Amino acid sequence: MRGHGTYVDEEKLVASVAGAVERVNKLVCVTPLKTRYNGEVGDIVVGRITEVQQKRWKVETNSRLDSVLLLSSMNLPGGELRRRSAEDELAMRDYLQEGDLISLVAVEVQSVFSDGAVSLHTRSLKYGKLGQGVLVQVSPSLVKRQKTHFHDLPCGASVILGNNGFIWIYPTPEQKDEEAGGFTTNLEPVPLSDREVISRLRNCVVALVTQKLMLFDTSILYCYEASLPHQIKDILKPEVMEEIVLETRQKLLDLEG
Amino acid sequence: MASVVLSDAEKLYIIHGVQEDLRVDGRGCEDYRCAEVETDVVSNTSGSARVKLGHTDILVGVKAEMGTPKLEKPDEGYLEFFVDCSANATPEFEGRGGEELGTEIASTLYRIFSSEGSVDLKSLCINPGEHCWVLYVDVLLLECGGNLFDAISITVKAALFNTRIPKVRVLEDEEGSKEIELSDDPYDCIRLNVEDVPCIVTLNKIGYRHVVDATLQEEACSLASLLIAITSKGALTCMKKIGKGSLDPESIFEMMETGKKVGKSLHASLQKVLDEEESLGTTRQKVGFLG
Repeated sequence: MRGHGTYVDEEKLVASVAGAVERVNKLVCVTPLKTRYNGEVGDIVVGRITEVQQKRWKVETNSRLDSVLLLSSMNLPGGELRRRSAEDELAMRDYLQEGDLISLVAVEVQSVFSDGAVSLHTRSLKYGKLGQGVLVQVSPSLVKRQKTHFHDLPCGASVILGNNGFIWIYPTPEQKDEEAGGFTTNLEPVPLSDREVISRLRNCVVALVTQKLMLFDTSILYCYEASLPHQIKDILKPEVMEEIVLETRQKLLDLEG
Repeated sequence: MASVVLSDAEKLYIIHGVQEDLRVDGRGCEDYRCAEVETDVVSNTSGSARVKLGHTDILVGVKAEMGTPKLEKPDEGYLEFFVDCSANATPEFEGRGGEELGTEIASTLYRIFSSEGSVDLKSLCINPGEHCWVLYVDVLLLECGGNLFDAISITVKAALFNTRIPKVRVLEDEEGSKEIELSDDPYDCIRLNVEDVPCIVTLNKIGYRHVVDATLQEEACSLASLLIAITSKGALTCMKKIGKGSLDPESIFEMMETGKKVGKSLHASLQKVLDEEESLGTTRQKVGFLG
């Protein structure tokens, strides 16, 4: 039996997309390399607000349809737990405006609507509006599924690997206990040393993606270490990119072996 | 122009970064992205070139056709520019959305090439007052990744370098009617001298400093930009200010100096690449669009 995206070529069944193969008993699935994000419950996504509507926001998450963030699913400043009133509805734009970047969690089954749109919610005060940093957009199939997607890398920056392919690189915040849900954005200039780390990480992520390597905290870290002898702007040159990713691949194989 | 929406914190990060001469991808304020230049990609044109500057992808084709010279300049040929912003670049260009940008770019190109000495138009003349070569330069925007004008000017220069115009002879009959004879050898052609063809350098003002070769995100943070056309010798031929913000007259002088410096090195590296390609001749492996 054959499903969507297959065709018969000289009596053989061929998939019409190229990508990673997943086998579950007798079901063979091919996840293509370049695809839109398909929401699943429990995924962490980084999204951008595109519209402010009545009692909800529309969030762009690189999927076929814009995801929905209900006002009731969003943290209130300070972590209050109360029913959202009419004033909250009017003040929606003060919380999140068009263009803001936000990190969230995809919600329960009832939320993947029949048309495939995903409903989002903020699980705890750890999620919320993002402050200063750099966004890298990659294909969703290159982000490895892991236990945590928030990583504080030892090189001095933090990374959020969204399952939808949006990677957010930002300076590690100083105080960890003060979690306001992201409503107080830190607008102080980021020091130059942190900037260099962030730019280098950004170029490493771009290099890994160009060479089609899976993105997870270890691969990004190894790539960062391999790129240290080069200047930050040289990482994007094709020859240097290949060399760095080859070294990363070697280190990862050594780790497994 | 295609644009991205950014949050205020992201814009602040970019502006502070430019202030400290470290942009998001690690470049300094005067560094260009890696560019790929390839000529002779379209077979049925007299000359063509394709340039990929980061995410910006431009294709230019030059077609040489015979026409009548303009009345004011009977012993010169001329260039006609047409810019097509294809819907491939961004959904904003769907239908007639890209027309405004296309006419803006075309008029800028006309202005730059209208200066005396950029292209030797007298070499395009066949018969003064009657026949001349008209070069139709068609620019196609395949992908919009910031810094369109620079990429387009580089591609136009590369395409003009690659243009081969067939050699034509004019024969006169006894009655005085003129006949035009095309040379038999298909490789017998005239090449254009592109030494004085200017390249555009766009300087975007971000915060208190200016950057060269801005990405889409950086263009979203910049309110005013200066477009200057520089020849390979460092001479400034044309200047234009775009954007809704204002520029301080002193910063304009600084931007001009930076532009001249950057423009000269841009010309030098472009000429090197074009000469290298030329020297490979027919043995060159064409990457084209499937590479």
